[in-house]
Amino acid sequence: MAAISRDDVAHLAKLARIDMSDVELDHLAKEMDVILGAVARVQEVAGVDVPATSHPIPVNNVFREDVVKPSLTSQEALSGAPAQSEDRFKVPQILGEE
Amino acid sequence: MALSYDQAVEKYEPTLGLEVHVELNTKSKMFCSCATEFGASPNTQTCPVCLGMPGALPVVNGKAIESSILIGLALNCSVAPFSRFARKNYFYPDMPKNFQTSQYDEPICVNGYLDVEIDTDEGIKQFRVEIERVHMEEDTGKSLHVGGATGRIHGADYSLLDYNRAGIPLVEIVTKIVGGTGKYAPQVARAYVTELRDILRSLGVSDVKMEQGSMRCDVNLSLAPASSGTLGTRSETKNVNSLRSVERAVIGEVIRQSNRLDAGERIVQETRHFLEESGQTRPGRSKEQAEDYRYFPEPDLVPVVPDSAWIEQLRATLPEKPSTRRKRLQQAWSVPDKEMAAMVNAELLDVVEETISLGAEPTRARSWWLGEVSRLANEREVAATSLITSAQIAEVINLISNGELTDKLARQVVEGVIAGEGTPREVIDKRGLKVVSDDSALMVAIEAAITAQPDTAERVRGGNIPAAGALIGAVMKATGGQADAAKVRELLLKHLGQG
Ligand SMILES: [Zn+2]
Repeated sequence: MAAISRDDVAHLAKLARIDMSDVELDHLAKEMDVILGAVARVQEVAGVDVPATSHPIPVNNVFREDVVKPSLTSQEALSGAPAQSEDRFKVPQILGEE
Repeated sequence: MALSYDQAVEKYEPTLGLEVHVELNTKSKMFCSCATEFGASPNTQTCPVCLGMPGALPVVNGKAIESSILIGLALNCSVAPFSRFARKNYFYPDMPKNFQTSQYDEPICVNGYLDVEIDTDEGIKQFRVEIERVHMEEDTGKSLHVGGATGRIHGADYSLLDYNRAGIPLVEIVTKIVGGTGKYAPQVARAYVTELRDILRSLGVSDVKMEQGSMRCDVNLSLAPASSGTLGTRSETKNVNSLRSVERAVIGEVIRQSNRLDAGERIVQETRHFLEESGQTRPGRSKEQAEDYRYFPEPDLVPVVPDSAWIEQLRATLPEKPSTRRKRLQQAWSVPDKEMAAMVNAELLDVVEETISLGAEPTRARSWWLGEVSRLANEREVAATSLITSAQIAEVINLISNGELTDKLARQVVEGVIAGEGTPREVIDKRGLKVVSDDSALMVAIEAAITAQPDTAERVRGGNIPAAGALIGAVMKATGGQADAAKVRELLLKHLGQG
């Protein structure tokens, strides 16, 4: 059984706001299935005694002091924005969401 | 016929769930060193980290972790020995990173409870609200929807984003489902949020200002037929921004859902928005397709692993619980339940305690705050504590206690202080509000009263003591109410041979 279906890929594309054609979906579904299959083989090799990890180095509790440092100016912050108005980032209207 | 609230709770059993978001009052943000000040100019408190620039790396604010652990401990939770951050992925411009750093299946604190008391016709009732989890995350930016008529997203032409708030530490406190409250659901919800706010305030971890958004509440509510033992479909009401609104939102949803159910319609699982003016809710985004946030562990942050020494060190700093403090104060001041409840509801405990600590007589301190000051505050629709300080009230009360002011004069002093005429002393001087207790000054007024009412004076001389009232009244009138009535009586009776 495939690890990922064409419907899964279509759903992920929708969540990621990526427009995909039927041909692309067919193609990517197969390709991602192969990738996931490869990852699954790695999982088989890892025994139950190997805990899952989200970080390559076993480090915990890295904290900083609660001290304020200078921020960017609003001009700097907005310098890369495609559009701006009133010192704010200007974005297109968002439809279908509250 | 539409069901009223009372009819609704006879037919249906409400089940609550409460999610409270609280902004911590750290100086810097959760994952970067930007300031967190409220009301700064747009986009002046941002940096590559909180703007989600590629390659910028977050580092956790240690103070925020401590505050989160303190909150968990104060809510009787277990602190997780291992806890991680996760990315909550969504496309929405309030987070420039396209995800919010949050916690998912490994929150920092779990399984606590908070006992709350409500005042009912059947006496004080206690309910235990169980806490599912306390987790850390970051606040989002503020959007301004421009164009369209309503300021809502629908119909807006575009949105303007200010990311000053994005990345401010946020703690979310989620209850387990709260059942068995019956008709008291609205009061239990309010009492819980109130108690939680008081606890957070006593911990000093947040400003807990609901009106400024540093504490926000989502109210989940479902109904099931009474004694059916089942759970209905719930709605989630957002935008509930005051304690009173928490209560009103529950009432509003009980009425709305019960009427739908009665009409044979089903309840849709959805997010609704509370409308402050009407106390009703309107539908928001539908949740029928469960949200898919594709959470995964945040690879840029390392796990939080608090050791027990750290936890115990924090536990040792926990302040007295607000509920314990209330009981202690009630006993110390020997206040009846009703008066205590009135002070708690009016949020006057702190100022009353301060006023007493400044030497004011306890009964007077309570009655001035609950009575005159509250009355003036209600007239002006502001908080009593915004009108006058506890030091000023204490000064006025101490002047009454040592006989320099009568109650009547004291009211004028308080009025003057509130009107901005200065300190109580200054008001007394400016308005000339001194109790006339100087014997010779009073005697002049007494002689005048006797001359004006010779017959009355004669009756008093003849032993008709109650008749003295008319003469005392005349003296009080002549001195503009500034005389000490007891003193006038004493001098008058003595003068007429009855002392
Ligand atoms: Zn920043």
